[in-house]
Amino acid sequence: MSALLQARDLVRCYEGPKSLFGKSPAVRAVDGVNLTLRPGETLGIVGESGSGKSTLGRMLLGIDPPTSGTVAFDGEAMPPLQSPRWRALRAQMQLVYQDPLAALDRRLTIADQIGEPLEIHRLAKGAERSERVRDLMAQVGLRQDQGDRYPHELSGGQRQRVVIARALATSPRLLVCDEPVSALDVSIQAQVVNLLRDLQESHGIAMVFISHDLKVVRNICDHVAVMYLGRIVEEASSDEIFAHPLHPYTRALVSSVPIPGKPLTGRILLKGEPPNPAQRPAGCAFHPRCGSAKPACHVAAPPLEPVALARRAACHLLVSPQDHAA
Amino acid sequence: MTFVSIRDLKVAFDGVHVLHGIDLTVARGEAVGLVGESGCGKSVTWLAALGLLPGKATVSGSVTVEGQQLIGAARASVEAVRGGRIAMIFQDPSSSLNPVRTVGRQICESLALHRGLDGRARRAEAVRLLDMVGIPDAARRVDLYPHEFSGGQCQRVMIAMALAGEPDLLIADEPTTALDATIQAQILDLLSTLRRETGMAMVFISHDLGAVGAICERVNVMYAGRIVESGDIAPMFERPRHPYTQGLFDAIPRLDGTRNRLIPITGTVPDPRRMPDGCAFAPRCTKASAFCTDTRPDLKPQTDGRDLACFHPVAHQQTVAGEERRRIPA
Repeated sequence: MSALLQARDLVRCYEGPKSLFGKSPAVRAVDGVNLTLRPGETLGIVGESGSGKSTLGRMLLGIDPPTSGTVAFDGEAMPPLQSPRWRALRAQMQLVYQDPLAALDRRLTIADQIGEPLEIHRLAKGAERSERVRDLMAQVGLRQDQGDRYPHELSGGQRQRVVIARALATSPRLLVCDEPVSALDVSIQAQVVNLLRDLQESHGIAMVFISHDLKVVRNICDHVAVMYLGRIVEEASSDEIFAHPLHPYTRALVSSVPIPGKPLTGRILLKGEPPNPAQRPAGCAFHPRCGSAKPACHVAAPPLEPVALARRAACHLLVSPQDHAA
Repeated sequence: MTFVSIRDLKVAFDGVHVLHGIDLTVARGEAVGLVGESGCGKSVTWLAALGLLPGKATVSGSVTVEGQQLIGAARASVEAVRGGRIAMIFQDPSSSLNPVRTVGRQICESLALHRGLDGRARRAEAVRLLDMVGIPDAARRVDLYPHEFSGGQCQRVMIAMALAGEPDLLIADEPTTALDATIQAQILDLLSTLRRETGMAMVFISHDLGAVGAICERVNVMYAGRIVESGDIAPMFERPRHPYTQGLFDAIPRLDGTRNRLIPITGTVPDPRRMPDGCAFAPRCTKASAFCTDTRPDLKPQTDGRDLACFHPVAHQQTVAGEERRRIPA
């Protein structure tokens, strides 16, 4: 099956503030990312704050133009931002943010907001539009009488349902979700995660799911890419990567998840904090925090290479993955 | 030995009751978890106990620290306890620190207030505290400003400030929620190490059952301004008996095993202005009967040593089956 979304060598640099002595070095927020997303597939992007996962998500939708590299949607290059072709394409790819209250217009009713994309993309109007809005509200589990309410009258979970319904209005083929459940309580989070899973099954929407919550990502994604300082350090199926993480960073990440009933002992504790992207360490960016760094790690950055069937990792220590998988 | 004892603590904001009578105790050296969703009153409980709520809040009940009453006490006597014997750290470290003062000066302020140190001894103690909480190169960084520290390090600085008064009890209000996973692991490790080394008691307020389980010996589960279940952590985590506690566990996605649909708790938390007459959880509870919607269950001691406020607790056998399905062996 051909790819729905293909990213090649994506790089995004942000200029630092100008100092007295000229320009400060550019921050490479995303640094050479290659991704493929097939129709109907869900790809999880995991990483700590500053790893470039949100920037990557915005580039995949063409909202943030890449400094270099290309994004192809359905085999065709992403049109430039704000161009008529890009606007038309946006009907097929939608974005769900973390904070639903910020994503919604406080002065429009829920029904108006859900119907707005239909108007913008001239998909439906009048009675047909109202019918479609009712249908969308039912799909995400909102009551019909809530259509006349304003965002502040709904709970956090309900607001996120509105955002999801609005994103679904144009029947998109791609949904990029940036931390969609992070602001929600556990019990509500489970409701929204189930909703996303159901929609994915019933509509076959391809999804890029950006999150720092490994438990949620594992539950919703087929495939997972772990980012560290702008690069993908490991990529594998969701079942494999959490059961047998290979890269030392992924291993630390997986072991850092507190699990009820498990004591703190035996967890991998990383030294230090993620480095500043403006001062990227030489060699492997992870080596200053890595417990098993070798001299080679200080010198050369490891490329993302296949280490087993359908999985790739960027680590000098994984030349023979069998030893580590054991 | 009871260190802090809270009895029938009630809080109302502008006439709206948000805490409906909390009873809880913390013994010396003990780590107690306080778990619940946002708005359930877990932070308000301790803010009220320490007199940190704004003036519009009406607080009643009793909070005693080794027999000394805090509610309604003179400001001076509350201040002798707060920050000194009981210290508190918050979720967002960067907004709790003063951005225009060096971290050293801020730590020295507590040292002067609670320990009466001054001059070189005070600065040396500030450096020692920063070193103890794992700030590298503490002697130099004591003179830096909060913005020169990362989020995880700011939380370490906050912990150092809290420890400055050599407290007998540290209240940690969602201390790791705003932090990245690997940094969260570091802070949890630091907190449990500090507790081991200093022997202080700790109250860990969190919505994250995993983090609470890693730190605490005892846990209180709160829902809509009341404690609904409390007891020792191991039996509670193995066999939660209140349907809400069970629901919280079921809602957590798993990191291993098969990827099943999650089991959410339907509905949302009740509006404090329109609380149900009976059990506050009844509208969302799968086991609720007509009796539950009329009558409110009290928190009562059970034969297995825990306290529970439920007419239809989750049965034993059912939980064992649930355990196979949901839980990870310790």
